[in-house]
Amino acid sequence: MTNLTELGVAAIRDGVAKGDFTAREVAEGFNANVAAAQEALNAFIVATPEKALEAADRVDADRAAGKPLGKLAGVPIGMKDLFATKGVQTTAASHILEGFKPEYESTVSQKLWDAGAGMLGKLNLDQFAMGSSNETSYFGNVISPWRRNDGGNAPLAPGGSSGGSSAAVAGRLAPAATGTDTGGSIRQPAAFTGISGIKPTYGRCSRWGIVAFASSLDQAGPMARDVRDCAIMLEAMAGFDPKDSTSLDLPVPAWEAGLSGDLTGKKVGIPREYRMDGMDAEVAKAWDDGIAWLKDAGAEIVDISLPHTKYALPTYYIIAPAEASSNLARYDGVRYGLRELPEGANLQDMYAATRAAGFGDEVKRRILIGTYVLSAGFYDAYYTQAQKLRTLIARDFSEAFEKVDVILAPTTPTASFALGDKLDDPLAMYLNDVFSVPASLAGLPAMSVPSGLNREGLPLGLQVIGKAFDEQGVLNAGLAIEQRAGFAARPERWW
Amino acid sequence: MSVDKATVAKIASLARLKMDDAELERMAPELNKILSFVEQLGEVDTAAVEPMTAVIPNHLRLRDDVVDADPLTGGGKRDAVLANAPAAEHGFFGVPKVIE
Repeated sequence: MTNLTELGVAAIRDGVAKGDFTAREVAEGFNANVAAAQEALNAFIVATPEKALEAADRVDADRAAGKPLGKLAGVPIGMKDLFATKGVQTTAASHILEGFKPEYESTVSQKLWDAGAGMLGKLNLDQFAMGSSNETSYFGNVISPWRRNDGGNAPLAPGGSSGGSSAAVAGRLAPAATGTDTGGSIRQPAAFTGISGIKPTYGRCSRWGIVAFASSLDQAGPMARDVRDCAIMLEAMAGFDPKDSTSLDLPVPAWEAGLSGDLTGKKVGIPREYRMDGMDAEVAKAWDDGIAWLKDAGAEIVDISLPHTKYALPTYYIIAPAEASSNLARYDGVRYGLRELPEGANLQDMYAATRAAGFGDEVKRRILIGTYVLSAGFYDAYYTQAQKLRTLIARDFSEAFEKVDVILAPTTPTASFALGDKLDDPLAMYLNDVFSVPASLAGLPAMSVPSGLNREGLPLGLQVIGKAFDEQGVLNAGLAIEQRAGFAARPERWW
Repeated sequence: MSVDKATVAKIASLARLKMDDAELERMAPELNKILSFVEQLGEVDTAAVEPMTAVIPNHLRLRDDVVDADPLTGGGKRDAVLANAPAAEHGFFGVPKVIE
């Protein structure tokens, strides 16, 4: 029998439906891979093998009874530990939420269970989704399954903040995982680990039950081994939710059925501002390859300008911390999570002591920045100005989309780096998101697909950005790249 | 604009983050680096630009004015609300004494 953990979402779903193997066999296979990799990769904060088996048994029983099966029947997945899961610890990789067991289930995770998926466990991430290397988790770094080909075995970053998700999918611990993307947290880790991931249009996936970071930017999306698997997952995750006031009241398109790598008649924009001085030569080469592939798929290539691109990152690093400082005010040691109550402390002391003990350095840094830019006297100079820049950045995109159907760019400025390399310089870490942040600020769907390996043997990703609501256009351009890139590389199992 | 240790202490106090001297010393240059990076936005003339309020055009919905319209987010959930509280007492959140 084939090794079931080699299969992706579509193959598992189809095989279970046909009876080639049982959902239980699939869950057992992935449960074993999760357990075997935990010490080396630290991709999960909590493993829930019993949840994966329970869901699988339900699917097998439904199939035996001739009942209709869901879109993800028999597919075990990893759940980023930012989604509230009823009765299962949900931490956002923070100490302040350690031990927190939600009394409710997030909308997105519930939709996945309703579609027949099972939970392998809660995936590690950067604390409160703040980070680009998964080095800010209270529960330790996630180690990328990838290694450089120099034999040095330096532990590499799986990207962040969805670093547990990317490591788990790349290492075959899960056929797919959920991610969330605020400024690139799905796309950047997908690029670093040679997998695919899509952030849909803002509002497609309900934010209800997702631990909030920056509410005007946060979007959930899938991470999987290929474009089709992402389409299947996204169909199950998306949809209107009256419990999220920013949820889009639109039908969920049949993205999988609509997949086509034929781009005849489509126009692909190449934004000149993304070709930055001193750009990594191999990243530039991967971009050129992508342009050639999309041309080969029938698309016309059009040079475009997104003039405010250079302001996207500073805009993001005002807006996201501002929203975070407000969202994270809820962690006060009163209603849930950690409480630090020093001897003789009053209420105010308790708040400050709890938050000091419960938040990591990067989270504190962003709360301080956010508090500062929102404080009286500075609000207009920082926050209002950033919101105006956000208008200009979004306008750049809408003007470009009058001329083109999708935009092609690199996902990240470099391949993965060694853990510790950028830890001392927050700003250098932030620069990782330079290509992913603009689409986030404009609320647009964007995905990363692997394009090839660099000289060090590490994956590079290409990013497709689409019009609002046009996930199909993004997936199709992603598929056209996938079909031509022939990316089959995978990390050799060393763990 | 740059922040000194006293300003960082003030912000930390506003944000209810207890920080000792060493932490304040360490944070001040880190924050200054980030602030000087974001200050480049000041060079853009935005006099005629409206600040963004909603990234994707959407309308805010009103729900029917019915008690417990959504049973999940409606009332009657006291025990669930208190289940994760560090100090729940007599059906309330327990906090240190606030009135002397």
